[in-house]
Amino acid sequence: MKYRYLKNIVTLQLDAQKCNGCGMCVEVCPQQVFALSDMVSSIQDRDACIECGACAKNCPCGAISVRAGVGCAYAILMSKLKRKGVCCGDSCGCEVDPGLLGDSRDSIQESGVSSQEKG
Amino acid sequence: MKDKKDLPVICCEGEAPECGCGPAEQQEQNYAAAGYPWQIGLVKTPVGPVPRVATALERKDIVGGWKARWGMGRMDYRIPPGLYAVGEPDHNSPVLVSGNYKLSFDSLRRELSPLNLWLIIIDTKGINVWCAAGKGSFGTAELVQRIGKVCLKDLVGHREIILPQLAAPGVSAHKVFKQSGFKVVYGPVRASDIPAFLQMGCKATPHMRQVSFALRERLQVIPVELVSMTKPVLGIILALLLLNSLVLLRDGTFPASAILLGQTLAHVAPFLGAILIGTVLVPVLLPYIPGRAFAWKGFVLGVLWTLAFVLFIAPAAGWLQMASYFLLLPAIAAFLSMNFTGASTYTSLSGVVKEMSLALPVIVISAGLGICGFIVSLFV
Repeated sequence: MKYRYLKNIVTLQLDAQKCNGCGMCVEVCPQQVFALSDMVSSIQDRDACIECGACAKNCPCGAISVRAGVGCAYAILMSKLKRKGVCCGDSCGCEVDPGLLGDSRDSIQESGVSSQEKG
Repeated sequence: MKDKKDLPVICCEGEAPECGCGPAEQQEQNYAAAGYPWQIGLVKTPVGPVPRVATALERKDIVGGWKARWGMGRMDYRIPPGLYAVGEPDHNSPVLVSGNYKLSFDSLRRELSPLNLWLIIIDTKGINVWCAAGKGSFGTAELVQRIGKVCLKDLVGHREIILPQLAAPGVSAHKVFKQSGFKVVYGPVRASDIPAFLQMGCKATPHMRQVSFALRERLQVIPVELVSMTKPVLGIILALLLLNSLVLLRDGTFPASAILLGQTLAHVAPFLGAILIGTVLVPVLLPYIPGRAFAWKGFVLGVLWTLAFVLFIAPAAGWLQMASYFLLLPAIAAFLSMNFTGASTYTSLSGVVKEMSLALPVIVISAGLGICGFIVSLFV
C-alpha cells in the first residue's frame, strides 16, 4: 500500500525543455514521482513528492526546482520558535540548525498565504 | 592527477593541508584502527593499513542498538569517519559510502558478509544518512573531501563509488564527478538489497528504489517517541497531584492520603491514554486511519478514546469535565500525531507546513479551553 499525504501542495517543478533524458531524477526519487519516456522526464505522481530535493540536486541540467526540506513538524516548530535543539525529540537525532532551515522558515509564511488562497 | 584545478583535495602531493596522506591523516587512520569491537585486524594497502570491519554483529552491538532505539547514549553512537575494508578487497573491489551513525553502520555491515569491498564512512555527526543528507552534513563537499583524504585514487583502479540512494538529497552526483573524478552510483535504499544490487552489476530494481514505512519500521521509531514523553507525563502527574491536594485541602481533608493518590491516578488515566494514542496507536494504525493529515488521524482516535473513556471506563464528574476531556484529549493526541510526521517517510515540508498552519491554532485553543475547564471542574 502506498501512503498518500496532502494533495496539491508540493512545490516540485520540472522544465521539460531543459531535460536531457539522463534519468537521474527517476533513479534518485524514493517515491517514484518521475517517469522517463522518449528521453524526456515527466512528473507522474506529483502528490507523492516529499520535497527531499534529491532530483533537483542531481539534475545536471537544472531542469528541476523544488523547495527542499524535511517534512518534520517538530523541526518546523522549533525553527519557528527560533530555537536550536535536537529535532524529533531525539528520534532522528538531527539537530535543528536555524541556518539550514532558514529558507524554509521564510517560505513558511509564503506557503501559509498561498495555502489560504487555494482554500 | 590530471587536472589540479578540478581537484580541491589533492592526495599525496606536496604540503597541501588537506592532503590525505600527511601525518595528520596517519593519525586519524591509527585512531580508526585502535581496536574496536566491530573490527577484525587490518588490511595492508598502498595507502596504509585499513581496519577490517566484522560482518557479524555481537551481543554488544545488538544491545547497543536497542539502547539507541530507546534514546540511551545514541549521540555517542558514532563510528570514526574514514576508510574501512570488508572481507579481502583489492584494487578492483567496489567502494561503498555510508554515514557514521552506528545503527546504520551495523545494519549495513551485517548485510555484507560474503562480500569483498571498501567502505568509506562519512562524518554525518552520528546521524542517519537520510536525515544527514536532508540537513546538509552528508553533502557533496564532505564526500569529495573524504575521497581525497582516504587516497581513493591510489587505492582502487576504477572510478566509481556507490552511495546509499537516500544520500541523494545532499549530494550532487555530477558535481562529485567534476570535483573528484569519481562517478556516483546510487545504490538501493535498504542495506539488505546491496548484495543483490552488486550481483546485478550495480542495477537497482524499482522496489529497491522505493522507501517503505512498513509496520516493523513504524514500530522501530515508537520507543524514542515514548521516551520523549517521560517529562511531560511526570509534569502532568505533578500538576494533578497539586490540583487534587488543593481540592482536598479546601474540603478540609489532609492531602497526604489514599484518596489523593486514587483521585490523581483516576485523573492521569485519560491523559496517559491520549499520549499513548498519539505516540503508539497512530503510528501502528497509520495507513488504516481515515484522512491524510497526521493531526487529523490523531484527532479522530483521540475523540474515540475520549468517548470510550467517559462511556466505559470512568464517567466524567459533570458536564464541564466531560466537555474538558473532549477539548483536551483529542488535542493532545492530534499534536503528538503531528509530531510523528518527522519520523514518517512520506511527508513533505510544504504539506507539514500546511497541516500545521491549520491544525496548530485549533489544537492550542482547544487544549487551552480544555485545561481551564478541567481545573474549574475539579473545584466546582
